[in-house]
Amino acid sequence: MKLDTTALDSSAALIPSIGGDGVFPAAPSFDLPSCDDFDGFQKNAKETLKHAKGTTTLAFIFKEGVIVAADSRASMGGYISSQSVKKIIEINPYMLGTMAGGAADCQFWHRNLGIKCRLHELANKRRISVTGASKLLANILFSYRGMGLSIGTMIAGWDEKGPGLYYVDSEGGRLKGNRFSVGSGSPYAYGVLDNGYRFDMSVEEAAELARRAIYHATFRDGASGGVVSVYHVGPDGWKKLSGDDVGELHYKYYPVQTTPVEQEMAEAPAA
Amino acid sequence: MARYDRAITVFSPDGHLFQVEYALEAVRKGNAAVGVRGSDTIVLGVEKKSTPKLQDSRTVRKIVSLDTHIALACAGLKADARVLINRARIECQSHRLTVEDPASVEYITRYIAGLQQKYTQSGGVRPFGLSTLIVGFDPYTAVPALYQTDPSGTFSAWKANATGRNSNSMREFLEKNYKETSGRDTIKLAIRALLEVVESGGKNIEIAVMTRDEGLKQLEEAEIDEFVAEIEAEKAAAEAAKKAPPRET
Repeated sequence: MKLDTTALDSSAALIPSIGGDGVFPAAPSFDLPSCDDFDGFQKNAKETLKHAKGTTTLAFIFKEGVIVAADSRASMGGYISSQSVKKIIEINPYMLGTMAGGAADCQFWHRNLGIKCRLHELANKRRISVTGASKLLANILFSYRGMGLSIGTMIAGWDEKGPGLYYVDSEGGRLKGNRFSVGSGSPYAYGVLDNGYRFDMSVEEAAELARRAIYHATFRDGASGGVVSVYHVGPDGWKKLSGDDVGELHYKYYPVQTTPVEQEMAEAPAA
Repeated sequence: MARYDRAITVFSPDGHLFQVEYALEAVRKGNAAVGVRGSDTIVLGVEKKSTPKLQDSRTVRKIVSLDTHIALACAGLKADARVLINRARIECQSHRLTVEDPASVEYITRYIAGLQQKYTQSGGVRPFGLSTLIVGFDPYTAVPALYQTDPSGTFSAWKANATGRNSNSMREFLEKNYKETSGRDTIKLAIRALLEVVESGGKNIEIAVMTRDEGLKQLEEAEIDEFVAEIEAEKAAAEAAKKAPPRET
């Protein structure tokens, strides 16, 4: 049976060659967009859709360990794509990471870090320190520098040296510190956090401070909102303390004032 | 049999890797080395063959430090040792860079052993012809450790061990006379083991002592002679006590 192979014939042979001379067919090509910058013309469109670190996360060290808190809103430009994103990632039972920037980037690399931490434990028969874990992540991110990863994360944990907190970002930067806030709502969160911070607070006081700081950030920053999650990392590992909707928190902090009524409407007497 | 011992990557029918076993032979021809682990001190001792008059003996260091808290002594091909030691030193610093903590003795031993094993499973290379004794204090727990690796790439921890020439006699001595020691007693035990197979005197022995606070210290010839004299005196006293029967009252 003779197969129909007309579809396989090069159509270039039938069209007068654009570029080649009459003898040889032109090389196969595709249409390029007709503008000046065809490598970067889509950049604006992509940037709008990127998460661009629209979030508020914070973490601080105090007497009883580390408090980690975050909101749960994901936005694509002006569109709120989700109000229930888990921005605190559980790397392992005694280490937490926060998510700011690209959600996929953060989730993947935190999970990858969890794998590396576990392998370190198995090979060396001891847990990896928060210092070591944050350095592993920072080195990976540095090697992808300039390739478009967007990650602004804090690694918080409790190891042999006590509580540890590091800020790591996709530029390859890594900072050790006691108080950090990352994201578009961080200026607002810093205001409340820096004002109310004391080293010797109880766990409840520290959690309430973190909750208030995130709430105030969600109040003013459009890209933050949803639910405030608060975690505590102690010597036995992390524990989730609370998850409160910021709408409800608003009315808890600023309950509706009953204004005095000048004239009250009364029922008209039945005629 | 000749057909199975050329290439490292060929097993013999009865399961031997002849090149690795020949490497172990090279180790057995190398100078004697001993390591003893005490509760707060670890001692490495190496036989020093007579130095030619014109040679600067300070350049022939047989006990080297890999990091401030880890030291190594080896027996076998010294040129191979240099290469392995350089790689281990780099790995110690690389570990400090990537996890911001000093490497543990076990980690670096695992690295060296892994390196030795790699060269038993590659084409066109031969195994490293040396066994190493690696000592140090764990940076986290301050527990002293002594490890040994060999050309096959196996490693294990020891309370005391010997390698190189006459290592069997030294090991037998250590097995008979080992007990938990500290400080000067650990040094004496190591020297006594070496003296079993080496001519007496500070000229023929090189001793290095590692403590947690002071790191690695090479003993001077005079200090070694002091220990040797002490040991000889103890030996003589023991002999005398054996010969003279106790007086009965």
